[in-house]
Formats: sequence, C-alpha cells, structure tokens
Amino acid sequence: MLVTACAKPGPDHPPGEPFDPYENTNRKIHEFNRSVDRALIRPAGKGYSNFLPDDIETLIGRFAFNLSLPGSIVNNILQGNGRGATEDTYRFVVNSTMGLGGFFDPASEIGMPKPTKADFGQTLYAWGVREGAYVELPLLGPSTERATVGKVVDLFTNPLTYALESPQNYYGTIASASSRLSDRGRYSETIDSILYQSADSYSQAQSLYLQNRRFKLGNGSGDTYLDPYDDPYGEEGEDPYDQ
Amino acid sequence: MTSSVSRRYFIGVSAAFAGVLAGRGPAFALSDQSARTLIDRVVSDINKVIASGRSQSAMISDFEKIFARYADVNIIAQSTLGADSRRLSPAQMRAFVDAFRGYIARKYGKRFNEFVGGKIEVEGVREVKSWHEVASTVYLRGESPFQVLFLVSDRSGKDLFFDMVIEGVSLRLSERTEIGSMLDRRKGNVDALIQDLRSAG
Repeated sequence: MLVTACAKPGPDHPPGEPFDPYENTNRKIHEFNRSVDRALIRPAGKGYSNFLPDDIETLIGRFAFNLSLPGSIVNNILQGNGRGATEDTYRFVVNSTMGLGGFFDPASEIGMPKPTKADFGQTLYAWGVREGAYVELPLLGPSTERATVGKVVDLFTNPLTYALESPQNYYGTIASASSRLSDRGRYSETIDSILYQSADSYSQAQSLYLQNRRFKLGNGSGDTYLDPYDDPYGEEGEDPYDQ
Repeated sequence: MTSSVSRRYFIGVSAAFAGVLAGRGPAFALSDQSARTLIDRVVSDINKVIASGRSQSAMISDFEKIFARYADVNIIAQSTLGADSRRLSPAQMRAFVDAFRGYIARKYGKRFNEFVGGKIEVEGVREVKSWHEVASTVYLRGESPFQVLFLVSDRSGKDLFFDMVIEGVSLRLSERTEIGSMLDRRKGNVDALIQDLRSAG
C-alpha cells in the first residue's frame, strides 16, 4: 500500500530534474510559509534567540534531541540496523542519566558513535519505497511524499508518547518546537538569504532539501553526488568537463 | 525546516575557504597528493586574509582573487548555465564568468564572520571517476561537525577545484538552480542576467 502511495515519474521525466507534479499547489504553500515566516516565525525566532542566553538554547535543543532517540531506536530496529539501535540506546541511557535527563551531552564528549537520526522516512527508503513527488508542507517546509508518510508515522512510533503520562509526554514536543524557533533565530541570516534573497526561493529550498535528504539516506556517502543527478546529457552530476 | 543544514551549507562554503587544515595521515599517491596540496594552499591563503583584519569589502575582494586562482571558475560558471551555455557568444561567456566570480565572492565572502573559532581537518583523498575528492570535516562552535568535500580535477590543464559538497549539497548544483531561476526571471535574456549578477550576492 505504501509503495503505491508515492507517485512515480513518467518515463519521459528528465532524470536530472526534481519530480514535482504538484508544483502549483506547492508554490502556494511556499508563499503561505513565507508569509507566516515573515509575520510570525522570523520575529519570534529572533526574539526568542535574543531573549534566551545561547547556553539555555543549547540545553533545550539537546533535551529535545534526547527525547527523539527512542523513536530513532525503533526505526533502526525496523531497518534491521542492530548496531544503530544499540548505539542510540547507549547514547539515550548515558545522556538521560549522566547527562541529567538529556540537558547535557556526555555521550559525544566521551566519543560515543554519532547518533543515527533514523526516522520512518528512512525506514521506508530501506524497505524500497520510492521517494515520490516533492511536496512542500504547510509550516513544516520541504519534503517528499515518502518523507511525509514517515513524519506522520513518527508521531506514533516514539515510545515516549506511550510511556509517559500527560503532560510529561508533551515536553518533547514543546522542547522541539522551542528548539526550532531557536534555530530560526540562530540561522537567521542563512534562512533570510534563501527565503528572501534568492531569485526563486521555492526552487532553492527544494534543491537544498533534496540534495541533503538524499545524502542522509545514503548514510553520508559522497557517492550520492552522482546518482540523483544522472541525466542523459551528462550535464549534471557527471564530470562537468565531459561535454 | 532545513535551517541547520542550509546554514551548514553557507558557512561550510565560507569556512572551507577559511579553516585551518590540520593535515595528517600517510603519504598519498602523486595525484592525490597534488589535489590535497591545492586545498592546503586555498586554506592557507584565506587564513592570511582573515588574520589581516581588513574591512568586509576588502576581504570579499581578496576572497574573489583566491577563488579565481584555485577554482575552475570557467567550468563552474558554464555548468550553472547548463544547456543555455551553448547559446552564449565568447564575449558573453567572458562577461558571465566575470560577473559570476564576483557574485560568488560576495554571497559567501560576507559570511566569514560566522565561523570565528572554527576549523577544518582534511580526512583523506580518494579518486572518483576522473577527479579527486578531498574529504574534510568542519568543526564550528556550538555545532556538530559536518563533512565538506572538495572535487579537484586537472582537466583544465591545471589542478583546480570545480565543486564543493557540504553534507551532500553541491555548490555547483545549488548555484545552477539559482542561476536558472535568475535567467527565467529575465525570460532567458543572458545580457540582463549578467547585469543582475554584477550586483547580486
């Protein structure tokens, strides 16, 4: 069912181009996101970031990230990645105890393996579900059909949602919303340059998102530089000297 | 959204030009070594610029000289135009490449202040198809380390880099999207695009 849920590009689709059959709708949502950003999120992010000391912002970011680890562990198991599941479990245990509930990050300080950041979108990739069309989600921004299904499922796969009682089970959500607001403030110049200074902010955001998402799915291997951008004319992703 | 990644991309491009390369590892094969030597030079030149403490506009102009010297600006600029590059006259192409070089220098050079206290370490070099990939890790304050690849080729006749890839995001491909959008906005008029590029960034 999931396999068929994601749209498939036609045979005449140029391989180097993003698969974007919903471009008209996506662009409307992009405009909506931009206006929300301009009116609310950008000023709120700046205010939040200026109001809170950087150290506190870092603590909240770490706390939110730590609470996302159980979801990562579940996804590692679903992907058959026993090693990733084990590493994330150790990180969660160490940071939740020695890191005082995740506010500190002793796991990184003692050189434990990097967190896998596995999500259900990645699990679908591992299961062979195709990427589907590019979509821009209201408030959440750039995504693909596969990643969107993943996001919805991730809402339900984080064990903490079930293990904790209300209102404690909302702490993670609140912390991650705060941490996103904090990012908007900290990365203000970068986001502004994409949203308000590029010739076409929709295309620029799409390009950055797709390149980075594919890189992450390939587990950080540089080889993904080539495959998403193979086109029949050898102009993209290929050696630019071959023309 | 993709905020942290986009920032890494921007800062990565700047930082990669400016970081401190702590070279380590065994000796590489001759061409690997020369690719690495190139990137070492890029970084050491930029460090001098940063240490000079000059004004932002002076630093951007120094940065442009370094980009012109160590990057194959011709091939980067040309490939951002894609198939459209075929319809440019040689004079238009020269004007485009000149404008492009200044645009890149302004766009990324003005972000230099954001990586104070950071550093880059070269992790290794490998051969990929017809080029060499110099892998490095960028360490920024308050940020987890991330990967930057320099793609170096000698097919222009000299060892020059023709792309930088920050966590999967390629400078050349991202600018291709941006230049394509700028050209669309001008309804395909290359001269108008060149005019826009001279003040963009």
